[in-house]
Order: sequence, then C-alpha cells, then structure tokens
Amino acid sequence: MSALTLKNGGLVPLAELEILDFAAFAAALRQEVDAQGRIAALFAAPAGEQFDLFALVARDRQGQLAVLRSRVGTRFASLTPELPQVHLFEREIAEQYGLVPEGHPWFKPLRFHPSWTGRDAWGRDPRRHPLVGEMDYYRVAGEEVHEVAVGPVHAGIIEPGHFRFQCHGEQVLHLEISLGYQHRAVEALLPGTPAAKIAHQMETLAGDSTIAHASAYAQICEALAGTPAPPRALAIRALALELERLANHVGDIGGLATDVGFLPTASFCGRIRGDYLNLSAELCGSRFGRGLVRPGGTAFDLDASLAARMLERLEAVARDTRGALEIFFDSPSVLARLEGTGRVAAQDAAALGLVGVAARACGLNIDARRHHPWGAYLDRFDHLVTEDSGDVFARARVRRREINDSLRWVRDALRDLPAGPSRLSLPARAARHLAVALVEGWRGEVVHLALTDQDGRFSRYKIVDPSFRNWSGLAMALRGEQISDFPLCNKSFNLSYCGFDL
Amino acid sequence: MFKILRERIRQGHRTYPYPVQAPVLPERFRGRPRIDPKRCPPGCRGCEDLCPYGALQVRDGQPRIDLGLCLFCGECAAACPAGAVTFTRDHRLAVRHREDLLSGADEPRLAQALDARMKKLFGRSLKLRQVSAGGCNACEADLNVLSTLVFDLGRFGIQFVASPRHADGILVTGPVTENMKSALLDTYAAVPEPKLVIASGACAIGGGPFRGSPEVHNGIGDLLPVDLYIPGCPPHPWTALDGLLRLLGRLTQKS
Ligand code: SF4
Ligand code: SF4
Repeated sequence: MSALTLKNGGLVPLAELEILDFAAFAAALRQEVDAQGRIAALFAAPAGEQFDLFALVARDRQGQLAVLRSRVGTRFASLTPELPQVHLFEREIAEQYGLVPEGHPWFKPLRFHPSWTGRDAWGRDPRRHPLVGEMDYYRVAGEEVHEVAVGPVHAGIIEPGHFRFQCHGEQVLHLEISLGYQHRAVEALLPGTPAAKIAHQMETLAGDSTIAHASAYAQICEALAGTPAPPRALAIRALALELERLANHVGDIGGLATDVGFLPTASFCGRIRGDYLNLSAELCGSRFGRGLVRPGGTAFDLDASLAARMLERLEAVARDTRGALEIFFDSPSVLARLEGTGRVAAQDAAALGLVGVAARACGLNIDARRHHPWGAYLDRFDHLVTEDSGDVFARARVRRREINDSLRWVRDALRDLPAGPSRLSLPARAARHLAVALVEGWRGEVVHLALTDQDGRFSRYKIVDPSFRNWSGLAMALRGEQISDFPLCNKSFNLSYCGFDL
Repeated sequence: MFKILRERIRQGHRTYPYPVQAPVLPERFRGRPRIDPKRCPPGCRGCEDLCPYGALQVRDGQPRIDLGLCLFCGECAAACPAGAVTFTRDHRLAVRHREDLLSGADEPRLAQALDARMKKLFGRSLKLRQVSAGGCNACEADLNVLSTLVFDLGRFGIQFVASPRHADGILVTGPVTENMKSALLDTYAAVPEPKLVIASGACAIGGGPFRGSPEVHNGIGDLLPVDLYIPGCPPHPWTALDGLLRLLGRLTQKS
C-alpha cells in the first residue's frame, strides 16, 4: 500500500509518507482516479535540491483521504494528458518553483508572478516581473471567426480578470479565462508570517468565503496541535458557514434574476442577502464573519438570548426568501432562459475535477459535509443535493434546494447549541507533519494542507479554493453558446477571482 | 402575475429613512474605537504588541489606532485588561486626510466637504468608476449593496458607472497588486479632469491584511492623490455612504 489514508482534519508524520518514484506515483494516481478518487490537491514543496510532489486524493465513497508523495528534479512527465483534472495544479507548480511538467498540453502561467526559486519554467527573465496576461492565447482562425476580449477592468463593481472569446458569429467556439490580477502571494507569504496575521489573511482569501477558509485554517491548526475545538465552537462555525451559504446562494439567485430581467426577485434577493449578512453580524459584529473563527474555537460565544433573537429574525427572513424564490421558479419566462443554457456534461465535470454547486448540478455526488464530515456535520448531514441537467437551471435549482436545507440547519443549530466553552488555547504544533482540512464552502470544497518544519512552523501551506477547479467549468459551459449568454452563465457559477489568484 | 404582485405587497417598502434616521448596527459591530488613556496602567504596551498590523501605537502612554491600518478585528479591545480600548457602534469613520485616520482620545475628525468649486460640480451628481485592485471582494460586495433598495444610493445622485470616461472619479478597493497597478493607473488617466480619488477599505488605504506582501503596493497612497479615505475591513455600507455624503457636503458636521 503506497498511499497513506487519513480522515478530514487528520495528521500524518512526514516520515511515514513513503517517497514513491515518479512512475509509481503517476500509476497510483491513475489507479485512484479509475477507482473514482478525485485529486483534491497536487502541489510541490522544496526538498533540498529536489522537490517533493504531494497529491491529496479524495475517496468520497469511503470517506477517506489519501496522500501520495514523490520526489522529482526540475522536470517531470505531465500527468495532464491522462488526468485533465490536474492541468491547473501542474501549471501552478511550474509557476511557483520553475519545474517543467513535460508534455503538458496547455502550458501557460496562471497568476503571472516571479517564481519562488529564481528558475522560470518558460525561460523568461527571472529578474523581471512577468507581465500579467502575457502569454499565447488559444486562437481560432477562419472566415467569420472573430475574437472578443474583455477585461481586466469590467463594467460594474467586480473583481478583475481577462476573458477571450473565440466566436463564430454569435456562437462561442472557445472561451479562455486569464486571471492573476488579484494575486497577493498568500502561499508564498505564509511560511514566514506570524500566526496573528495569518488568521486575517485566511479570512480574506476570498471575502465571501470568510468562514469556510477560516474554518479550514483553524482545523489545520487544531489537527497540528492534537486538540479539536470544543463542540460548542464547532456548532457555531457550522452555523456561520450555513449563514454564509444562505447569503451567497440567495444573492446568486438575485443575480440570475437580474441577468434575465426578472426584477422582483432581483430586488428582493439583493435585500434578503443583506438580511443574512446582518445575522452573521449579530453573531460576531461583521457581516462577513470576520473575527469569528479562530484556531481553538470561536472568538465569540452565542448565548441563549442572542440565539433566540437570531431565530426570530431568521423566521422572517426565511419567509421572504421563500416568497422571492417561488415567484422566480414559477415564471415560465424565467425558466425558458435558464433551461438548457450553459450546459456542462457530467463526464466533463468529472474529468476537470469540478466541485461544489457546479459539480452537483451535473449530478456528481461531491459534498465534503457528506463525505468528509467534520465537527458539527459528523453524522448529521445526510441530504446531498444534486441535479442532472448541468445547465444554468440546474445550478439555480441546487442553490434553491440548498437554501432550504441550510435554513433548517441554522434553525436547528440555534435551538440546540452544545454546552461548554467556545474556545480553548492550543498547545504547540506537531513538528514535521502534514495536516489536511476540507470544508464545504458555499461554492464548493475548500482544501487546506500544511507541512510543518522541525519547530512546528509552516514550511509549506497549500490552499485550494473551489474557484481554482471551477473556472474551467465556466469555459466549458460557454462552448457553443451565444456570447450574449455569458453574463448568465458566469453568474450561475459566480466564481471568485481572488480565491483563484491567491 | 398575481403571485408576483402579492409577493411585492407582502415584502413591502424597505428603503431605510437615512439620513433622517440614524442606522442601528448590531451590538457586536465594531465601529469607531473609543480610547481612554486614563485607564492605561503605567508603562503598559500590551495592545501595541498584540496588533498584528501595527495599527495600534502607544505614544507617551496614549494608545492611538491608525484607522487606515486597523482591520477592526477587536482583538486589542478583547485583550486590554483595563478596558482602555473599546469599539463603539459609531459607523462614521471616513476622513479627507491620511493623518485624520489616527484616532486617539480626542474628538473624531469626520470628513469635510469638498471646496466650493468641486462641490458645485459634484454635489448633486457624482458618477464613480470602481476599480478593484487585489482585495478580497468583500469591499466590493458591500459597495454593491449601496445600490440595493435598503441604501438606494441613486436617491443621493451618486452612481457607479461602467466607463471611466463617464466618471467624475474612481473609488478603489484592494491593496493594488503588482498585476493591477497599470490597469488602475490607466483607468485613473481615462477619467476627465477634475477628478476625485476615493480609497475604500483597509487594503486600499494601507494594504490591509496583505500589507508588506511583495506582490502588493500597500494601497493607493503612494500612487494617486486621495480625496477620501473610508476605513474598515470591509467598511460597512453605512460607513461608505456617510463618507460619500460628507464629501459632497450633504451631511452636517453634527449628524
Ligand atoms: S482592532 Fe485594529 S488595532 Fe485592534 S488588534 Fe485589530 S487591527 Fe489591531
Ligand atoms: S479591506 Fe478587508 S474587506 Fe476590503 S478588500 Fe481588503 S481584505 Fe477585503
């Protein structure tokens, strides 16, 4: 047995992770994927003159995570041709360390930053900061073929990114998405950063997923300290995570309503989203949940009277939510715009490793709350929502159904909080270990992995935001669509730029 | 149709009667800090050592918080044994000058209105182009909220527009990543003179949680002349609205 298996929130000593030669590592990964494993992360870390490659495989059906490790020099044979789901991970490894995945079919930079080793995988001058977006774009040539380029600065108040559409008339043949504008070098910073700062940086990896990322980070710290957070804190975190899901799902349905011109739901949801954010603010003072989740527990407790007040407000907001959603999903003109638009085939979604709402809308059973439950979700989350049609409608429906489930969850949590403390102080971290944390954020699976050095400090910290997986899904959804449907397709994914750019 | 109307009637009118009625913020909301140096035990610097962003500085026994660097995490207040630092629910934080962000025991300096000429130009109609330059998108999300019906920014004559050519100024969020610097400067250059620059959020003012990263410029301070600073991580929508209205002279010093 070459892979070491662990559970979500688990920890392994690095010394126990066998170093496979690359061929065995590649074969093992292929085998895992054949057996319906997903590659939840693939990343490199320096190992003397060489580099360790680590792969985290999610065996969803068994509720297990497997870690595989190999060691390579500056080149290795790309796994992408056989395992498309690692295509971005390999580009990331190349950009960070200057390693070359030979035979990668789509070999370009991702975030346009100088490599961390001074070695550039594309042979660019390592002393010069690469220019963002400077690369060869995929091109289609022929009569009536034209290219539409948008961004980085878009209309509206949104994050920057660059999109190139290869069009034949109105029809999109291919969309290439080039990001990196929001790159803040988080992963490069983390090893040297004092813990007090890290909590804030984690909360702002993707601002709308504050609770998801902060919880994953806290889980990593608790795993390394060998001390789980107290049950009360875990319940408050899950409560906050579901409020985060509610706010964003409701906001997204409002966004879809705006894009199809269905104004009542658009304006109701804009406000209702705020009502959920304001509930989070009751909990911790911040609409985005800043300052709530901390390693060892939560920084705020939730007493009975606050819980009762929140519950009362929740009932009113839930009523408004149901009303706003019902008229939207009951309107034939709305459904006509959503159905069949921006379809992603289930096999493409699986091959590309999509996660979260986008994957579940293609019928894929992926939800960390169900398969890799942690904290309050243990034995308590059994309703995984999937839809089959893979289109904008399916992504909207998944959200609607998840809204109902989350409402129930929040209500139950507010009624029945475990007693006890909400925060413990953590002992020192285990040295030379690998820890892993998965959290099902509202967009999808958030993955954090940490390696520690001989003093228990982070020597490498890897973050996978669901957007990292799912931007490829948006590109697939646009194939063969009218370019005018881009806003609608885009909204149905609602991905994070900074979560991708890190 | 009937259902839609019924829902419309049920959900009712929700625009907040601001500024006639002051907003009510949650109990745990952290707005303007209140600092009472008289409570500080002699020689204590506990809070200064604790703040990971150097926002809290103790000078001559007087703690001061640089609201431009502060993330309003509240950890200093939670840690102060003497209760010298507390956070009030006052959302009014925006100022016109960088040094006015240094907040101590003295009276807060709220944003002053533009001079007469600029106020005449922009006071009744202000169009802003928003540029997101490397933040986490929470600042952007809470600016978007200003256009929803609770806040209804449009009724004050303020609007976010798509083209910098149609704008009277830019409102920047994010610490300005290296990869967004030139797009930011290009957007600024495309706005016709005279123009305003607004820095919204800890990132845009001083780099926020990413201050010091080799890939960010620690905010727009060194790149562009700033006319209004809106502190917070992210600023509450009421904080942003308060700042914009003060800038345009639409709120009195006392309100
Ligand atoms: S609230 Fe502000 S000053 Fe206090 S610790 Fe947090 S960042 Fe520092
Ligand atoms: S100031 Fe805070 S909320 Fe705003 S973009 Fe920066 S990290 Fe996000």
